[in-house]
Amino acid sequence: MPTSTSKYQYITCDPTKCMGCQLCEYICSYVKTGEFNTYRSRIRTVRAEEVLITAVACRTCEDAPCVIACPRNALSQDPVTGIIHIDESRCDGCAWCIEACDFGAISINPETKLAEICDMCEGEEDGPQCIKWCPKEALELTTPDRRAQRARHKLAVEEVLGPRA
Amino acid sequence: MYGYSGKILHIDLTTRKTWIESKPEEWYKTYIGGVSMASRLCWENIEVGCDPLSPGNPICIANGIFAGTPVPVGGKYGLASKSPLTGFIGDSLCGSWFSVAFKRTGWDGFVIHGASEDWVNVFVDDDRVEFRDASHLLGLGTYETEEAIREELGDDQVRSATIGPAGEKLVRIANVTNDGRQAGRTGHGAVWGSKKLKALSVRGTSGVTVADPETLLKLSYDIVQAAQGPHTQKYRILGTVANVLNLNRLGLLPTRNYQEGTFEYAELVSGEYLHEHYNVKTIACAQCPIACEQMSRAKDGPYAGAMTGIDYECLFANSSNLGLKDLQAAIKLIDVCDRGGTDAMSNGVTISWAMETFERGIFTKEDFKCAKYPEGFEPNFGNAEAAVTLAEMIRDREGIGDLLAEGTKRASAQVDEERGTETYQWAMNIKGLETPGYDARALKTFALGLAVGTRGACHNRTAAYDPDIKGQTNRFTVDETRGEVAKSTEEYAAVYDTLPLCKFIRRCFTGKADRAGAWPAIANLINATTGWDFDYDDVDLIGERAHTIKKAFNIREGWTSADDHLPYRWQHDPMTQGASAGYVVTEEELKYLKDIYYEAKGWTKEGLIPKEKLIALGMDDVAEEIGV
Repeated sequence: MPTSTSKYQYITCDPTKCMGCQLCEYICSYVKTGEFNTYRSRIRTVRAEEVLITAVACRTCEDAPCVIACPRNALSQDPVTGIIHIDESRCDGCAWCIEACDFGAISINPETKLAEICDMCEGEEDGPQCIKWCPKEALELTTPDRRAQRARHKLAVEEVLGPRA
Repeated sequence: MYGYSGKILHIDLTTRKTWIESKPEEWYKTYIGGVSMASRLCWENIEVGCDPLSPGNPICIANGIFAGTPVPVGGKYGLASKSPLTGFIGDSLCGSWFSVAFKRTGWDGFVIHGASEDWVNVFVDDDRVEFRDASHLLGLGTYETEEAIREELGDDQVRSATIGPAGEKLVRIANVTNDGRQAGRTGHGAVWGSKKLKALSVRGTSGVTVADPETLLKLSYDIVQAAQGPHTQKYRILGTVANVLNLNRLGLLPTRNYQEGTFEYAELVSGEYLHEHYNVKTIACAQCPIACEQMSRAKDGPYAGAMTGIDYECLFANSSNLGLKDLQAAIKLIDVCDRGGTDAMSNGVTISWAMETFERGIFTKEDFKCAKYPEGFEPNFGNAEAAVTLAEMIRDREGIGDLLAEGTKRASAQVDEERGTETYQWAMNIKGLETPGYDARALKTFALGLAVGTRGACHNRTAAYDPDIKGQTNRFTVDETRGEVAKSTEEYAAVYDTLPLCKFIRRCFTGKADRAGAWPAIANLINATTGWDFDYDDVDLIGERAHTIKKAFNIREGWTSADDHLPYRWQHDPMTQGASAGYVVTEEELKYLKDIYYEAKGWTKEGLIPKEKLIALGMDDVAEEIGV
């Protein structure tokens, strides 16, 4: 599975905790559109197998391929947060960004026909609303480095104590 | 109108025509959604007296009022037709993603009429309806059918309710499945099969709006948080399978076709054992913050790789009830049912009837010939391979599976007629629907609730095991309070089944599950969604109305008080072991219980509904037809 090499934070989902309830999608679509519509959510739950469930949103890649792919320079990346901004006046919905994204994190708004992507709820005081609502604490803000630290920690524990359920 | 579009979509499979019916707001306030609205649609659209497997029996689907919103556990819909098992109302609930996608199509309900000449997949794509050829999907299991349709349509957000091979073959205990959840009981799969409807698919792209989203979000958020605490602990950790050991202690765990209520290997088929050895992951329906579905996999032995969600009712029917101590065999049995599209409860209780009939020497090895075992096999209790083979034979209507696919009522009647036997004495059903996993001989209020149940022996429609098990009533005796208790518990359950909200959320509103604890909170949710002004009494009436429309349906289809019965065994054969040994529900007790129940309901001595009662509930047209 491709992974982001970013220094930026992004929203990640722990598939061992995600139960597939989709509450993140309801909240995301409401915050962004005023309606409840998982089709308009910028985070998407995926049920790849009966018991393999997770959620995916923008990974804020460094040198983001979506930004590079855009032929109209409609996409830009915030140098501090890594959040991808889409200039609606430039975007024409050509979907090159969607093709460039390894994570399937960009979608086209069916009404405006323009690209949409997770902005980690920049404008919300208490941060990403999907994280706030996730009943199983499966979602969190992380960076690849923090994930690596956790993986090392888990490995160390398992080598000493054996695999954990 | 918020919460509804005001529109029902009618689809005729015979003519391949569709039309739209508009309903007034009062109609929605009366029937709300779920099983109540689905049953009402069935009342309005059925050819009265029709064969359940004929084109005159409609498939009626009604969404939930909260589907597609963040209201926890509100992603459920109701499904109703005349049941091919009972001949009365068959009303089922099913959860998850189908319900949510259905909501976004903008239809409040679907009524599917007639019957198709060729196998069809009806695809409701927002406001467009497509009749797609389904011949290439025949024989596929439920999960495979859903995936194949998503693949064909190139959209992973398409949701489908499907039937498996069992529904295709008109197995009367066949069900309808979506997203790994089942509209499980009363044989809907056979109704769909009789119409050559392999799947109903939906894609909804419209957003759902509510009257007061900020209030609804706040209320919902608090419930989501409460649902992570002690009020749902049983469901979140072990799931309903935690019941096995509790019921075994009470002597109520059906064992070897309800011959006993204690199982010597209960530990080995317990929720605790399942969790420790076979749980893969616990998953949720769409819109549910609890997550109770214990996805379990057989690790080794002949059934290695079998995997499905296990809950208590499916588990008892396919373990202790068959004398099976091997959980991996039980997982396999439920897997065969879930993928093949049969009701795992009726499957287990029908196989246990066949096993007892074999052990009593009425069936012999000869009766169990099949492709896999050309010489036949010997289905004693505890024989896992025999049970699994029988489940497959029922699904495929192979050999004796063709008889068992009719369910215990018809199968026993046929055997008794052909062989002059009395196998009906251990055919565990009420009105033709197989009994659930609580032995009612020593749960007397529950026995009443089951006997009078509009869809037969269903624990979900009467919640009367609850006061009996909690000791709020004396479960071993009858007294004058039980009519009122049975009325109260069935109408309580009907509120949840109509909204619908999963009952597992019932303590998360205020910590108390009773009406006083839940109804005001539910009224707030309804009002924030619809903009209505519901109060406690309005919520309470939802349940009485839901139950009444179903009862009215049954009366019009020819119901009489004699149909409110119990299985012969629960009236004549006391158990010999455990904490419930020695009890039966006598004929006198049953008659008395029915009398005081009809009285509590405000019905006549014969169990019919007075005109003025129906009019008071706002059901004038029903009063006209069946009121007395």
